[in-house]
Order: sequence, then C-alpha cells, then structure tokens
Amino acid sequence: MNIIRYIIQKEFKQIFRNKAMLPIIFVLPLIQLIILSNAATFEVKNIKFAFVDNDKTSLSRELVEKFEASSYFNVMTDFPSEKLASKAMLEGKVDVILEIPSYFERQLLKNKKADLSVIINAIDGAAAGVENVYINQIVQQFTKKAQVELFLFNNLGNQPQNIETIPSFWYNETLNYKTFMVPGILVLLVTMITLFLSGMNIVREKEIGTLEQINVTPIKKYQFIIGKLFPFLVLGMVLLTVGLIISKMLFQIPIVGSLTLMYLYTIIYILVILGMGLFISNFTDTQQQAMFIAWFFMVIFILMSGLFTPIESMPQWAQLLTEFNPIKYYVEVMRMVMLKGAGLSDIYPQVLKTFLFAIAMNALAVISYKKTS
Amino acid sequence: MTKDNMIQVQNLTKMFGDFTAVNNISFEVEKGEVFGFLGANGAGKTTAMKMLIGISKPTHGAATVAGYNVLTEAEQVKRNIGYMSQRFSLYNDLTIKENIVFFGGIYGLSSADIKEKSQAMINELGLHDMADSLVGSLPLGWKQKVAFSVALLHNPKIVFLDEPTGGVDPITRRQFWEMIYMEANRGVTIFVTTHYMDEAEYCDRVSIMVAGKIEALDTPKNLKRQFQVDSMNQVFLKLARNIE
Repeated sequence: MNIIRYIIQKEFKQIFRNKAMLPIIFVLPLIQLIILSNAATFEVKNIKFAFVDNDKTSLSRELVEKFEASSYFNVMTDFPSEKLASKAMLEGKVDVILEIPSYFERQLLKNKKADLSVIINAIDGAAAGVENVYINQIVQQFTKKAQVELFLFNNLGNQPQNIETIPSFWYNETLNYKTFMVPGILVLLVTMITLFLSGMNIVREKEIGTLEQINVTPIKKYQFIIGKLFPFLVLGMVLLTVGLIISKMLFQIPIVGSLTLMYLYTIIYILVILGMGLFISNFTDTQQQAMFIAWFFMVIFILMSGLFTPIESMPQWAQLLTEFNPIKYYVEVMRMVMLKGAGLSDIYPQVLKTFLFAIAMNALAVISYKKTS
Repeated sequence: MTKDNMIQVQNLTKMFGDFTAVNNISFEVEKGEVFGFLGANGAGKTTAMKMLIGISKPTHGAATVAGYNVLTEAEQVKRNIGYMSQRFSLYNDLTIKENIVFFGGIYGLSSADIKEKSQAMINELGLHDMADSLVGSLPLGWKQKVAFSVALLHNPKIVFLDEPTGGVDPITRRQFWEMIYMEANRGVTIFVTTHYMDEAEYCDRVSIMVAGKIEALDTPKNLKRQFQVDSMNQVFLKLARNIE
C-alpha cells in the first residue's frame, strides 16, 4: 500500500510542477465549456427574411408585421420583384422569401382562401425544415386572426372550429438549448482530459527512459498501475466539480438529481477511460502515436454518443456500435440525473454496462502491460 | 556453481526474429568483483544486461543473479540488484531529495530509513546546496553520481551500470570510479559496461563481446599479455579487427 502512496505522491508532484500542462488541464476545458455551450446550438435564429408584397393592402402589411414581431426572423426591406429576391438568395443574403400575391386581401375576403408562396433555401435541410415550421405557425396564427376579424360581422354562427394543441415541455421548460448541451459538454471535458493525460503519461516515461528503471524495481504491476491512474481519477473528479459549478453559476443549468449518484457513476466511468488510456500507452512507443490513437477513438465516440445527433436516427449497424460507446452512457446518465433527477434504478442499465466496461478495459490494460520483453 | 558466484550465466542466447543479438554466452562473476563488460556498439552488451536484470526474457540458456533464476524468479532478482541505465534514470522534474524518496519508497524502505539514507547520501556527495533543486538542472556528471547513489539505496548485492560515464568529463569520471571502488570494497558486486578503455583497466576482470559472442574474458593484465600489447585499447582493437 505504501508503495502506491509513493507513486501517487510523485505523479501529483510532476503534474503540478509542469507549468505548461497545468493550464491545459484546468483552463482549456473550462474555456471549451463556455464557448461550446454557447455556440453548439441547433436553434435556428436570425433567419434572413425577404418578402415581395404584390398586394400592398393593410392585410398584407399585417402579415409582414407578424414576421417582424417574431424573434426568429430578421425581416429585410420589401423587394420590388420575386426576381430580385431570388437573386439575393443566390448571393446568400436571404434565407426565406415570402411572396404575397396581388389581390391577396380580396381573395381572402371573397373566397375565404388565398395562396402564399414561400421559398426556402434548403441547402441545410434540417434548418429549412425548422424554418418551414416557424413560417407555418406564423401564417396560421395570422389566418385565424384574420378569419375572426374579417368574418365576425357576417358569419357569426359559422365560426371555424379549431383544435388547438398546448404543448408543455418537461425537464427543460424554457426549451433552453444550453440545458440540453451543457451536461453533454461536461462529459466531453472529463473524458478528453483523463484519456489524453493517462494515455500519454506512461508513454512519456517510456520516451524518457524512466519506465525501464521502474521495471527493474520489484514493484508489482497493479501497484504501478493504480499509482499511475489514481491521480487522473482525482483530476477528472475535480474537473467535473469545477464544470458543475460553472454550469450552475454561469448557465443556470438545473441540477435536479443526486450529486452523489453523479459522482459515483463518474468514478466508474473514469475507470473505463483510464483503462483505455493505459491500454493505448501499452501499444505505443511515443506520445505522438498515443495522441493520434486516443484522438481516433475520441472522435468516433463523440460523434456516436448522441451528444450532437440523436442515436435513434442512425442506421441500425451504427446504433449497434454505440452500445460499446462509454461516452454515450455517460451523456445519457448526466442528462438523466442532472435534468430529470433520475435515481439509481433509472440508470441501472447504464451503470451495469459501464461497470462491465471498466472491468474489461482494465483487465486488458493490466494483461497487456509487460514489465519484461 | 561456487557459493560466491553472484552472477552465473550459461549458454545465454537472445534472438530477435532471425537476428541473434546474444549468442550462447557463458561466464561467472564473483562477489565483490568489478566486472567490465565491453564491446563495440551493437555487440549485444545491453541486450545481455537486460536479460540479467530481468526485463528481457532469454531465448535459450539460463542465468542466475544473486542466486535467483532470471527467468523464473525475476522479482527476487530485482529486489537484490541496483540498475543505472545508459539513458538517464532519475526524474528530471523532481528534486534530488524527491527522487531519493520516490525510489526508496518503491523499494519498500521505511520513511525513517529513507530520511536517514538521503541525509547520508547528501553528506557523502556534498550536495547540501542542491538537494532541493531539480535533477534536470544539474550537470550530467552530478546527475550520474546521484543516479549511482540512488541505485544503491536499497543495499543491493549487485549493481548493473550501463555506460554510466558516457559524456562525463575526466575528473568526474575519476570520482565516479572512486565511488565504484568504495562500493566494491563494501562487498557490492559491480557489473559495468563502458566504451572507455582506461576504465577497463580499473576492472578486476573484463569480458569483450564481439557480434553477440564473448571473445575474451580475463584480467586486464592477462589479456594484454595474451594479445602481446600494452593497453586495453590495443586489446580491444586487435580483437575487433581479427574478427572482421
């Protein structure tokens, strides 16, 4: 036990003595948290909205005003013709064109029906879909109001019956995107730092030559590995703590669930990542190689974690692969515990799988670590 | 095997694929002996030494070090040997004291023991002013002296030194060899590789490896007589040239 203590002591001394690494460990992740949480959003905002008003009546102006009132649209000046508006879209100055036909008001009054033409730049298909929904919502609200105003006096008994849906958004009532992203980004930070640091740590000793010196001592494999990895477990936990404090203070992210549960799960999770780091360092000779391999896994794990794109919309084979992605489970657990207040019974499958990964990964790492060649 | 043999090597061979790095070598080293292990670069010295210190497995043959089999009792071997590698073996980003504490600690020394030993070592090396400075900031000669002392912390029976004086100035080399002699007089067996032929003259016995084989093994005096030359340098050159 004492031997492990000496190794841990030495690792901490080296970590805190490295003036270049210290800011990398603590400052960079937090900058990432702050930047990514604000920037990584799927919300479609500031839509450049152009309109061509061929009608020029009070009704058509009222419709345009509705768009002006919406925070999602930046309404630009009236384009005299559809042609000019299309040209602006080609140049990228416009995302959406609404064309109001001549006699729009008259048609609506006469036939109780009128057509509007909407052109959406759909290079980004997902954004175009969202824009379409926004436009439809505004137009529907507008028609409802117009119907009431226009037909009230002559059609009292013949009011259209509308079914209205009133959504209530659970767990993230204000639909704040950050609430959804921050727990996931915290996962990334904890994972990246612990994986890269542990992966490169032992390789670094190989490079310097001190590992050979260690291998000539009667130190046991498990003593060395525990001594090496424990400091990074602590670092990961410190990072999570700082990240949680920032999430709470800066982004007002609710922390509904149990912190104890979150920390306990994180310990198991970091063990998986540290096992991976050690495994990588066993098969590499230079820090550069270790870095590239760690990065390879990191990119795949992040993109297949459900953090940025929903796993449900991946092809079947990819969904199967995500079963082996520890980051996926951590993202799920963080979102569930932080936002929904999930308890141990809710995250039991994730805990069990992560625990199995931790055992498997560390067993592989210990077996592949050789004191002799 | 006599009782006093600290190292006993029989037909030791190491192959990497088709290449035979160490080819069927056999020798013994007695207790308290300063044994010089010479050879040109790539002759197989370091590979042979790695098998003796238990970090490389022999392909054939057997060796016992301090009475323990290097293949089956590697951990016992490691407990009884000190090793100082060609590449610098202390942590540059730790101070002298911290290095002593760490290496003392992983050999299982008690903290009182570590304290006492580090004090003694600092006194002996006259390092009072530098004990708290980073090893990385020391001149090479100092580093090597500290590394040698650290390799002796746990009172090993044998110390393996792999080119300990490479790149070190002549005065410091002389001091280093004085340290080696002091330990040998205390009964520690010294197994040392070197490229400096003047250092070979200081050894009790010398073996010369050429292309994986031991081509000569005797006292420096006998070797010079055998090859009819008057320095170890000439012995070495003659041997290397004959083989080629």
